[in-house]
Amino acid sequence: MTDNSVNRIIDEFGLVSASKIPSLGTYLKQTWQRRDFIIELARARSTAEYSDSMLGRVWQLLTPLLNAAIYFFIFGLLLGTKKGIENYTTFLVAGVFVFNFMQVSVTLSASALPRNQLLTQANNFPKLVLPLAVVLQQIQQYFVSLAVLIVIVLLTGEPVTLMWLAMPVVLVLQILFTTGLGLIFARWGANSRDINQLLPFFTRSWRYVSGVFFSITVFTATFAEWVSTALQLNPGAVYIDLVRDSLMTSQTNEPIIWIMGVSWAFLFILFGLIYFYRGERKYVS
Amino acid sequence: MSADKIPTVVVDDLHVRYRLIRGARAGSAAGALLSLLSGKSPGQLIQSVHAVKGVSLTAYAGDTIGLVGRNGSGKSSLLKSIAGLLQPSQGDVYTSSQATLLGVTGALNKAVSGNRNITIGGLAMGMSRAEVEDIRPGVIEFADLEEFIDLPMGTYSTGMQARLRFSIAAARQHEILLVDETLSTGDTEFQERSQTKIRSLANSAGTVFLVAHSQTMIREVCNRAIWLDQGVIKLDGETAEVLDAYDADIQEKKAAKESGQ
Repeated sequence: MTDNSVNRIIDEFGLVSASKIPSLGTYLKQTWQRRDFIIELARARSTAEYSDSMLGRVWQLLTPLLNAAIYFFIFGLLLGTKKGIENYTTFLVAGVFVFNFMQVSVTLSASALPRNQLLTQANNFPKLVLPLAVVLQQIQQYFVSLAVLIVIVLLTGEPVTLMWLAMPVVLVLQILFTTGLGLIFARWGANSRDINQLLPFFTRSWRYVSGVFFSITVFTATFAEWVSTALQLNPGAVYIDLVRDSLMTSQTNEPIIWIMGVSWAFLFILFGLIYFYRGERKYVS
Repeated sequence: MSADKIPTVVVDDLHVRYRLIRGARAGSAAGALLSLLSGKSPGQLIQSVHAVKGVSLTAYAGDTIGLVGRNGSGKSSLLKSIAGLLQPSQGDVYTSSQATLLGVTGALNKAVSGNRNITIGGLAMGMSRAEVEDIRPGVIEFADLEEFIDLPMGTYSTGMQARLRFSIAAARQHEILLVDETLSTGDTEFQERSQTKIRSLANSAGTVFLVAHSQTMIREVCNRAIWLDQGVIKLDGETAEVLDAYDADIQEKKAAKESGQ
């Protein structure tokens, strides 16, 4: 068969290549058509996660609470990192919850493709579905954590202010950023299991420079100005800061943090989507 | 090639290479350190298998094609490529619509119920929620799992899991259907039922590619057969003609082996 006759048949009967990537627009459309599949995968993961334990879904509440308690004990009481921070309890819990969402989402995204290998071996669908299902499941968990956070905010005497209205915007930005970063790791993790070994070091370092349990300004007081600025503008610190700014009256509201929050979100979601999409055909064995 | 036939699958000079990574992960930590120190590049641990070596064919609506050939002749790789589940290293496959591969271990989530797995499996195939609800009773009945359908899949026996997977995949009308029977399992009774199901699917689908345990099934169902040998097409034509030639070849090889001993 010559190339010409193949091309003629393909054109005449509208046959589609089984191996070429569709355009980005078509790809996103195909992913959108699979939205019920994404939701179902996220739900099944939630069920699977808690099905073995006696307390079941109570862990969704217990896990963030225990996390907060441990950090409060170690950093608040033992190490005394609460220096210069008003309402340290809320400050800390907000930091832990906001960061955990990003950390867990990114970690699970990195293994989203290898973990679902059996599914992708049998069915042909946009692989974007898999990391999106991971993030969706984490969003659901995050909302439970945020409900806990709101209770703590009120219990520690923070007033309800107009700034609370900024929360939905902050969350959308943070979710966009996290999804984008997760997609980058999902592509790396698809073909290299080594990523999963390295990832904990990355997320741990990131946690320590993002001011989860201390105030960056206080702790970098002895360093050069740029160190403090760099730490404060890193996406981890930015989204933690935005949540604290929205819920705590003692936290200052700086425009630059908002600008960074918007910038990181759009930069990462755009790059992440395109980067993941371009690897689509590399995800099949 | 008559003009009124509608092509549904065009395979154009298809090559498939697998890369197998050997040793790097399987070996001991000390061994890995040694190979690092001795400067052996990781590339030496990667083995390439050339499974399909330049296959070209055109299948038409109404074709039911049986694939025959020894183990490792490239049958499964060819089917996976047509389904878009393998990336060709050269050449390409063109289809009129998304082809479905039946018989591969469809992944189901062991921690959730059989019922939930029907939902996941159906959605994975591209069905809508409404379509999934339409097929649900039929799937449960065919898999013969009425009493167990609300239990987690992890509590099922291997046979029960295989039955559920097959039933989900078979519950759909397909324009292009790829059946790899050698990959499916289940007890004898279910195998008989699934063969009946495959026959009826083959009759209703537009184009079917079939890899089967038994030649009888291929002779019965297929109007065309393709004999693959070491990744290339050895013969493509009428079922009886191709299968007779294939049988003769097997007998010949067998005789040669016996006389050589």
